[in-house]
Amino acid sequence: MRRVRIRPLLALAAALALLVSHASPAQEAKSVKLGTTADHTKFKELQREFKSGPEVTQACLTCHTEAAGQIHRTKHWSWEFLNPDSQQRLGKKNVINNFCISVPSNYAFCTSCHVGYGWKDANFDFKSEQNVDCLVCHDTTGNYKKLPGLAGNVLAQDTEMPPGSGKIVKGIDLAKVAQKVGKSSRDNCGACHFFGGGGDGVKHGDMDSSLAAPDKALDVHMDASGLDFTCAACHKASSHDVAGSRYTPTAKDAKGALMRGREGDDKRNPATCTACHDLKPHKGKARLDNHAATLACQTCHIPTIARGGVATKLTWDWSTAGQLDDKGQPIIKKNAKGQVVYDSKKGDFTLGENVVPEYAWFNGDVRYTLLGDKIDAGAGVVKINALGGSPNDGKSLIWPMKVFRGSQPYDTENRTLVTPHTAGNDDTAYWKNFGWEKAVASGMQVSGAPFSGKLGFVKTEMSWPITHMVAPKEKALGCTDCHTAAGGRLAGIEGVYLPARDRNVLIDTAGWGLALLTFFGVAGHGLLRFASRRRTR
Amino acid sequence: MTTERIYLFKGFERFWHWAQAALIIFMLISGFEVHGSYELLGYRRAAQLHSNAAWALIGLWIFAIFWHLTTGEWRQYIPTTEKVLAVARFYSSGIFKGEAHPYETTAQRKHNPLQRLTYLAILVLVSPLIWITGWLYLFHAEWAAWGLGGLKLEWVAWGHTIGAFLMLAFLISHVYLITTGHTIGAQLKAMVTGWEDAH
Repeated sequence: MRRVRIRPLLALAAALALLVSHASPAQEAKSVKLGTTADHTKFKELQREFKSGPEVTQACLTCHTEAAGQIHRTKHWSWEFLNPDSQQRLGKKNVINNFCISVPSNYAFCTSCHVGYGWKDANFDFKSEQNVDCLVCHDTTGNYKKLPGLAGNVLAQDTEMPPGSGKIVKGIDLAKVAQKVGKSSRDNCGACHFFGGGGDGVKHGDMDSSLAAPDKALDVHMDASGLDFTCAACHKASSHDVAGSRYTPTAKDAKGALMRGREGDDKRNPATCTACHDLKPHKGKARLDNHAATLACQTCHIPTIARGGVATKLTWDWSTAGQLDDKGQPIIKKNAKGQVVYDSKKGDFTLGENVVPEYAWFNGDVRYTLLGDKIDAGAGVVKINALGGSPNDGKSLIWPMKVFRGSQPYDTENRTLVTPHTAGNDDTAYWKNFGWEKAVASGMQVSGAPFSGKLGFVKTEMSWPITHMVAPKEKALGCTDCHTAAGGRLAGIEGVYLPARDRNVLIDTAGWGLALLTFFGVAGHGLLRFASRRRTR
Repeated sequence: MTTERIYLFKGFERFWHWAQAALIIFMLISGFEVHGSYELLGYRRAAQLHSNAAWALIGLWIFAIFWHLTTGEWRQYIPTTEKVLAVARFYSSGIFKGEAHPYETTAQRKHNPLQRLTYLAILVLVSPLIWITGWLYLFHAEWAAWGLGGLKLEWVAWGHTIGAFLMLAFLISHVYLITTGHTIGAQLKAMVTGWEDAH
């Protein structure tokens, strides 16, 4: 028996040898399969030591001559945006939120997420080409990090951080990173957009580090072992200008799928659901397609937010910040899950996972309460951003929102929100000294806004339309999530008739009344017949 | 009394009647669930089956209309006031005194004048109300394309609900009135077998 088996084995070995000898010439042609036509490890310009980020950029620009100029035109660079509809001057540089509140006076801290180097104060040179940070979006190694407090600069040498602390942060080998540049990945975008507001998942609720390699249930498009979309698959960039804006979002695109070459389609937002799926996406299911006339796709297909295992912040109460322990030291309190729920620097938080969004009519119009705007603190809640929308304007759909609620400082005399100086190691920074008056005075000075010296706290609310973490159809909402008499998801939505939720009380009362009367009428008639029959007998 | 029998309801007519009865009863049950009056099948199934039943009923009606036109049976629904007062008096008093029905049923005139008026009202008032609103309901998404952008779903829903209540009231009285033949089961038997014992 054993002898017999040798022959097939020999044959197999011979076949393998043949295969190998055939395969090897093909492999010689290229050792690495790249997604691009340029292998940056072979570029002489990158085979050197880089002492700083701008040095790398200068090397990039020798070939990519127009890249910096393209970046200069984008919000990623200017942090400024003029809303063409409302004429409001927005952008990260100008808006106020109810998370970390505002950028001015905290540049060195906040701009670690800027696509540039060295933005430490209002004197930043926006015309500088070498200060554009190419690597932060094009790093593929995962080693490129920009630390808060360094004004967007990157450490190329081992450095003591913070100075005098004795802690050494290792410098980054910029040449290695530069030689491995590639297309932007989820990690590149996520480095800033997942961690906005001071931590993983804090701000958005639909964007956190769980989207770095999500499964299908979390995001049907980004599913790492499935479709594996990058952010850029939808947020298609042309000339480095990334499509899709939360200042002028597209709430409803009634034109349907985009078509290459069709007139006007190049000006539309490619980062909408309908851009790919058109207006009747439920194949053969007209009843569901009907819903698309009223509901954003996200409303059913994002059943909950923060469902990748990362909690999102839901409320932030700045008014309780500043409590210190017996020794005068700041406190940090955590809940049973280990999440920070109190921080002396920031106040009280609540967080949540698998959060059911709130719903509202939304037409894409967003108005911000800006620094100089008078607020009415007595009216209850100040809307930091007010979303436009109504059932009748023809431009609105019902959208899911993360509504973030907070309490933040305001100038009680001037009746304006304020921009406190929070981050920093200096005498006026709130996170150093826990003195609101000083922090706000300093912040308002940098913002160039008047401050009366009188402070109070006002409740604020900010709505974040939800659009990521799209669940596959099996995980989408079902009929009774909304079509139910009470407690449905759309319980508070007006201007639309929902069978099972809505009915006309008058019609129902009259209708059941008529049915009952008829019933009693015939029952009485029958009884009379029965009785009279017995009598006649 | 003679035992003469007349063939009142033809095969298709009986099939049409019972199929329609089943569909309408099912649509009332599922419809009021979609309306939110109770939970029985589950909203999703109720809504789906309600639509399916509507399509089935549309199909049935196409055949029924064709049948009525080709056989001339549509004439059964021509309204008449002849003997209408007598019939009304019968149901409101005579029936309790053991009087005979004042209307003699024949194959040519199988509905008494009150029935004629009632069925005609169902045919020209209730049914169109239900059909038109139901059709609009089914094609909610096409309203704008049809130039009906100003129409509101609640108006359609209200109309449909009103139609449903009227149909329910009709159903209740109809089910009762079939017991008012010369015996309690006579009319039911006629609608099952087609034959009615004349008397």
